[in-house]
Amino acid sequence: MKAAVIVFPGSNCDRDVAVALEASTGKAPLMVWHRDTALPAVDLIVVPGGFSYGDYLRCGAMAAHSPILREVKARAEAGTPVLGICNGFQIITEAGLLPGVLMRNAQLKFICKDVFLKVERTDSPFTRAYAQDAVVRLPIAHAEGNYYADAATLDRLEGEGLVAFRYAGADGSVSAAANPNGSARNIAGIFSENRRVLGLMPHPERLAEDLLGGSDGKVMFDGLVEALS
Amino acid sequence: MSKESAITPEVIKSHGLTADEYKLVLEIMGRAPNITELGIFSVMWSEHCSYKSSKKWLKTLPTTAPWVICGPGENAGVIDIGDGEAAIFKMESHNHPSFIEPYQGAATGVGGILRDVFTMGARPVANMNALRFGDPAHPKTRHLVNGVVAGIGGYGNCIGVPTVGGETNFHASYNGNILVNAMTVGLARADRIFYSAAAGVGNPVVYVGSKTGRDGIHGATMASAEFSEDSEEKRPTVQVGDPFTEKLLVEACLELMATDAIVAIQDMGAAGLTSSSFEMASKGGLGIEMDLDAVPMREEGMSAYEIMLSESQERMLMVLKPGREDLARSVFEKWELDFAIVGVLTDTGRMVLKRHGAVVADLPIDPLAQASPEYDRPWVPGVKRAVIDAAEVPAHEPLAALKTLVGCPDLASKRWIWQQYDHMVMGDTVQRPGGDAAVVRVHGSNKALGITTDCTPRYCLADPHEGGRQAVAEAYRNLSAVGARPLAVTDNLNFGNPEKPEIMGQIVEAIQGMGEACRALDFPVVSGNVSLYNETNGTAILPTPAIGAVGLIDDVNKTASLPFKQAGDSIILIGETKGWLGASLYLRELCGREDGAPPPVALHREKREGDFVRGQIAEQNVSAVHDVSDGGLLVAVAEMAMASGIGAEILPPKGVALHAWCFGEDQGRYLLTAPASQVPVILEAAHQHDITAQVIGSTGGRDLTLKGSGTISLEELTGINEGWLPGFMSAPDANS
Repeated sequence: MKAAVIVFPGSNCDRDVAVALEASTGKAPLMVWHRDTALPAVDLIVVPGGFSYGDYLRCGAMAAHSPILREVKARAEAGTPVLGICNGFQIITEAGLLPGVLMRNAQLKFICKDVFLKVERTDSPFTRAYAQDAVVRLPIAHAEGNYYADAATLDRLEGEGLVAFRYAGADGSVSAAANPNGSARNIAGIFSENRRVLGLMPHPERLAEDLLGGSDGKVMFDGLVEALS
Repeated sequence: MSKESAITPEVIKSHGLTADEYKLVLEIMGRAPNITELGIFSVMWSEHCSYKSSKKWLKTLPTTAPWVICGPGENAGVIDIGDGEAAIFKMESHNHPSFIEPYQGAATGVGGILRDVFTMGARPVANMNALRFGDPAHPKTRHLVNGVVAGIGGYGNCIGVPTVGGETNFHASYNGNILVNAMTVGLARADRIFYSAAAGVGNPVVYVGSKTGRDGIHGATMASAEFSEDSEEKRPTVQVGDPFTEKLLVEACLELMATDAIVAIQDMGAAGLTSSSFEMASKGGLGIEMDLDAVPMREEGMSAYEIMLSESQERMLMVLKPGREDLARSVFEKWELDFAIVGVLTDTGRMVLKRHGAVVADLPIDPLAQASPEYDRPWVPGVKRAVIDAAEVPAHEPLAALKTLVGCPDLASKRWIWQQYDHMVMGDTVQRPGGDAAVVRVHGSNKALGITTDCTPRYCLADPHEGGRQAVAEAYRNLSAVGARPLAVTDNLNFGNPEKPEIMGQIVEAIQGMGEACRALDFPVVSGNVSLYNETNGTAILPTPAIGAVGLIDDVNKTASLPFKQAGDSIILIGETKGWLGASLYLRELCGREDGAPPPVALHREKREGDFVRGQIAEQNVSAVHDVSDGGLLVAVAEMAMASGIGAEILPPKGVALHAWCFGEDQGRYLLTAPASQVPVILEAAHQHDITAQVIGSTGGRDLTLKGSGTISLEELTGINEGWLPGFMSAPDANS
């Protein structure tokens, strides 16, 4: 599997996801600078976390209009899987690859901690290696991860099976108590209609090694390798 | 120079210069300075930049060891961590600005210390902090906690350097002077360290980073004076941070540092362009001619005075090799940062500044930078306090006392704080906040750094000498407790007004105590910062010589952490317990007393015990390790239990004063846990090393039982411990 990681000024999880990708694929991904307009043929495009352009406007809003995003969009439309993590989720949502918006966390603060997620769908290249309804532990680290969309959109996402992960308790129960940021219907990650685009706030690359406290995130990268190699 | 201000005695005084200092200015100049020159003297000779009150005593600290590559005097200290790699680190205060404007004050504190580290060629890999706030009941405390924590997070999270730990205390003495001490640790190749000494007459002097504005003018002078009620009027002297620009600056500098373009580099911190240019020139024995018109400015009509004294953030000054200007420019343009050739190195030894084509300042560099005043301020030794006999201290029911202690502001969980910091970015945080020390892997290797910040200000007030020793010893212990070999220290000395002999006495004695401990523990000081005048309306803070320390773990798979790991492990206490209650948290929180001599530190035992504990970790004999500090033994046990959700039963020895055994703060102690089968091995090893070790209980269940005194559920204990800070921060504001 050949992967590309898009690097914006202010990206800061680009190296972390590159390390996780390399651990699963055996080769370093291509790091693509935001000013590039051409993207070589790759099997996976990752838009990493961080604070693109300082997030001084709305999170992800400036990066969504950078030249490289036009190319990312075109590839996504042509079927190349795109993974947006944290700020990457905000960027691809701002760019219109996914519906909805990530608002300020309900308690208004940046929060960095491990959360439990319920895996809602496994019929995607990203989640195929997880068991249906599995409970996985991944960290969040954001101030704007409060997913919002109108009720009709949320109904459609749920109806079409496009919710990828929900915040849950350790036992898999989806409740308000397990919701760290106020996201609508505890949504932590969503797919595009063809499930070739995944955006999620938790960081799979941060728990992809037991030494760092867990490897539930590695399952996603290993699954991608299986699906896309 | 139009609109030139006259140099009146009032102007001199408002620049923080004494009459004697001004006399020295006249001597050095051979004439009266103009306002720009006076401003430059003022900031260069401020306490903050010149260390004039503390220099004499700082020189007594040990600063060398075979593994020290660069000690104090550069932007940060550098130590060898083997395999051609170096760790670069420093701690620095941003106390005064953080009190006036907590978010920006704390944020720019983080930005400043990050720059000190990446200026030397290191990629910053971890941030830490040591915070002291006033009495929780003080009307400003909540606002300050909120702003400082948000500011530290706002800067560190955005730039993408994990904030991996720290410490937070509350005490009424900080009501008017909070302490925000920020530490950064970076990694570099040992043969690619960058220094600040300018070299090469004719070489270009280059300005990079953000534009210069009118913010922060006289910040260094403000940080060198006491506060009064109108200090909030000084808000315009606080700078505004831009972590996004600093992120670009890190990447651009590291990219340029990978080439051979840079001769010398210095960040513009306190006193901005003034101190950076003077330091570079002074260290290189050269002069600089600078055209201030070339300085990138974000405001119009800035005077030479304003340009030289601005403390706008995210700026660097470099000397480049001739012919490398275009290469350097292209790197900074790629990162969309300002790049300007602002001057040239000369052999005159003078700083010549031009504005609008005219010379606006012409100063000799060395007399300013090196011959700055150095004071041997009068000091008096502290009055020794009486040792308190535990038998005279009321014996509260131990489990009730434990509840009070784990819920008191100093011991309550600081999760509310560190969850606002991204402590995982960069993917090498092996031990997250909440342990004795953070453990951060050296990227791409099997090694790791242990990092801690420590100080017990109430001990330092009780006896600055003993408190100085204890701060260093506790840092040593915290590193040892995770399995890290303690290598070196950075210090951040926070005190009141040094012009008062009793405060100067605290400074002198604390430094002497620190020096003793550093020498005994082979733990040299490689960098540091001094913050004096932490007084408001004449009331000083507790003396707070904060210690930041770094240790090395050779094999990242062989570390220890404080949570219990499984039921059925034995709990072993290392060190001697006499039940020292003087200056303890028990005395303060349960008895409302802050008196008594602090517990003494036996340095010869500290080293032996640290070596022993690290040995047991390396041999993987132990399942958990925690140092015993604030609150004493029972608090330490409770912390290990709460962190794991596994309970414990503790068997106090007979014939002791139970409250003193549970809560005495005798120094040099650790708790280890190990499966019963390992216990004889550990006890035998301890015996061989002449170390006191005894089994005091075992792990298991969901309760904490103190045999003979009762049981408390971990759920209740955890609720109290985790509840205090969020409850405090969300309580309705009494003022609004």
